[in-house]
Amino acid sequence: MNSVNDRSRDIGPFVPAPDDDMLICRCEEITKGEIRQAVHDGMWTITEIRRYLRAGMGLCQGQTCSRLVKGIVAKELGVSPAEIEPATSRVPMRPIEMRIFANEAKEDD
Amino acid sequence: MKRYDLIIVGAGPSGLSAAIEAAKRGLNVVVFDENEKPGGQLFKQIHKFFGSKEHRAKVRGFVIGKQLLDEAAEAGVSVVLNATVIGLYQDKEVVVKMGEEIKHYKADAVVIATGAAENMVTFPGWTLPGVIGAGAAQTLMNLHGVLPGKRVLMLGSGNVGLVVSFQLLQCGCEVVALVDAAPRVGGYGVHAAKVARTGVPFYLSHTIVEAEGDDCVKGVTIAQVDEKFDFIPGTEKHFDVDTICLAVGLSPMSQLLKMAGAQMEDNPKRGGQVPICDEYGRTSIPGVFVAGDVSGIEEASSAMIEGRMAGVVAAEYLGYTDEEAMQSELEELNKALDGLRQGMFAPKNRGKAIEKTEEGIDISQNLLKNGYVADDEIERFPGVTHKKGVHPVIECTQNIPCNPCQDACPKKCISIGNNITSLPIVVDNSECINCGMCVASCSGQAIFLVDEDCGDGTATVTLPYEFLPLPAEGTKGIALGRSGKEVCEATVVSVKSAKAFDKTNLLTMRVPKEYAMTARFFKVM
Repeated sequence: MNSVNDRSRDIGPFVPAPDDDMLICRCEEITKGEIRQAVHDGMWTITEIRRYLRAGMGLCQGQTCSRLVKGIVAKELGVSPAEIEPATSRVPMRPIEMRIFANEAKEDD
Repeated sequence: MKRYDLIIVGAGPSGLSAAIEAAKRGLNVVVFDENEKPGGQLFKQIHKFFGSKEHRAKVRGFVIGKQLLDEAAEAGVSVVLNATVIGLYQDKEVVVKMGEEIKHYKADAVVIATGAAENMVTFPGWTLPGVIGAGAAQTLMNLHGVLPGKRVLMLGSGNVGLVVSFQLLQCGCEVVALVDAAPRVGGYGVHAAKVARTGVPFYLSHTIVEAEGDDCVKGVTIAQVDEKFDFIPGTEKHFDVDTICLAVGLSPMSQLLKMAGAQMEDNPKRGGQVPICDEYGRTSIPGVFVAGDVSGIEEASSAMIEGRMAGVVAAEYLGYTDEEAMQSELEELNKALDGLRQGMFAPKNRGKAIEKTEEGIDISQNLLKNGYVADDEIERFPGVTHKKGVHPVIECTQNIPCNPCQDACPKKCISIGNNITSLPIVVDNSECINCGMCVASCSGQAIFLVDEDCGDGTATVTLPYEFLPLPAEGTKGIALGRSGKEVCEATVVSVKSAKAFDKTNLLTMRVPKEYAMTARFFKVM
C-alpha cells in the first residue's frame, strides 16, 4: 500500500470553505464542497469519487473536470495530483446512445 | 471483421504523418477520426509555423494540413471521418462508431494519435456561457467563420493564448487584456510582441477573480496574485467583456491506451496521464505505438516528426522495412526533432527563468512582464543595427528554433548560422534592396525594414500587416510603439501584397524621423 492510499492516515476534519458551492463537474452538477466532503467520507481515489458522486460520469465523461477533481482530492489529502490513482478507462471512450452501442454492423459492410 | 496492417486513431498532424510513412512502405493503412474534418488542430492554425525548412517553417498550419492530406492520399491511406474509436481491445481489435452503427476492425499494429483536450480553471462564474477554451474560439473563428464574441479577455500567455489572441484581433474582436497568473509570459516573445504592439495590455501575476453575468458573461474581474497565487486585495480590475477565453494548457487524451492495458504514468512534465513509451513511440504493448500530444504535450511540428517515427517503427514491426533502414531513418528524424527541442522554450527548460540568451545578452525583462521589448532594451540585440538607407531591423530576442529569415534574403543580409536557435544578425556591409522577403518570412512578425532618415525629416517603417481591410496608400493614422501606445502620426506610403509574401502584407508608413526606432504598428484612425 502506498502512503496515498493509507486510509489510517489522519487527514484532519472537513473544514468548510467559501468556494464550496463552486460547480466542478458541470455535467453531473457536483460542487467542490461535495468532492471535498467525499474525501473525508473516505473516497480517496478517482474511481471511488466517480462511484460515490458521479463526478466525471456525465456527458463529457470527465474530459473537462477530471483534472480539476484530481486537484481537489490531492489538495484535501495533502499529496501531489500525480499520486492520485486515476479513473479506470473503459469502452465506450465517448458517450454513446445504447441503441447505437448495441447496433453491430453486418459483417460484409 | 475487416483487417488492416495498421490502424491509426486520429487524423491530426502526428496521425497523418504516421500514416504517410507507413503507407509509403507498403502497409495497408486506415486512419479513423471522430471529427467531420481531418487535420486535427492544423486547419485552425492560420499563422506561419516556426522551425527550419525540414519542419515546414514559414508555411501556415492549414497549408501544412492540406499538404499532409495530399501526401496521405497519394500514399494510398484511407482516412475515415466521423468515425469515433470507442474501444481498443486485446489483440488490437478496434471498435468504431460510424453513423448509427458499431463496426469492428482488426489490425496488426495500431498508432494512437488522439491528441489532447483543453484544461479548464475554476472561478465563480466559470460555467457561464461565454467562458470558452481558446481552442474552441479558434474552432469557431477559423473552421466555422463564427465570431466567438466582441470583447474578449484571454487567460493564459503560452503560445496558444498568444496566437489565439492575435487571431481574435484579426477577426475584429477587441482583446481587452491578456492575463496570466505566472509572473512571466509563457510563450514566444515574438508572439507576445505582435499582440502587445496592437495595444493589448498584458497582466502577468494576475488571474480571474470572477466572471460576472446572470445568464451569460457580461464582465470579468481580475486581480494580482502573490508568489503563492493568493489574490492581493485592492488590486482588482474590472473589464466589460462578453467572452473569456481560457488557454491554460492541455491534457493528453490517452484513455484508449489505458483501456488497452498499456503501462501508464502520471507525468506533469508531459501534461498528465501518458503511456510509458520509448523515444520512437513504442508502448508497453508490442505493436501499439503513440505519437503527438497523447504521449506528451508539445506542438504540431514535433508531433509530425513523432508521427513519422511511429510510422517507420510500425513498418519495421510488421517487417515492411528492415532494422538497418529503420535506424537510419530514425536517426534523420531524431536530428529534426532535436532541432525543434532546442532553445529557451525546449521541453527541458520548461518553467525555468532564463536570464541570458545563448549569446550572453540579458533577456528583455519587459518582454516577459509586459509582452514587448522596451525601447531602451531593444538596441542590445544583434538584429537591431543602424545604417543609411533601408535596412532590416530584426527584433528577435529569444533563442527559438527558427531560421527562415536567413534564407529569405536574396542578398544574404541576415545570418543565423548553423545553430538554429541563434539570434539572427545583420551581416556587415550587406546591401538591403528593400524587397521585403525577410519581413514576410518571419513567422514571429519580428522583422521591420526601416529607413531612419529619408532626408526630409521623415523616416519609413515597413511592417508585417495581417489585418483586413488593408489601408489604402495615403491613409493617415497613428503609429503605435512596441507597447501599443500611440507614439506619433503616420501616413501609409504603400501596402505590398505578393504571392511570395503568402498573405503577409507589407505596410510601409512614414513617420517623423525621431520615431524610426519606436513606431512599430499602424492603427487606422
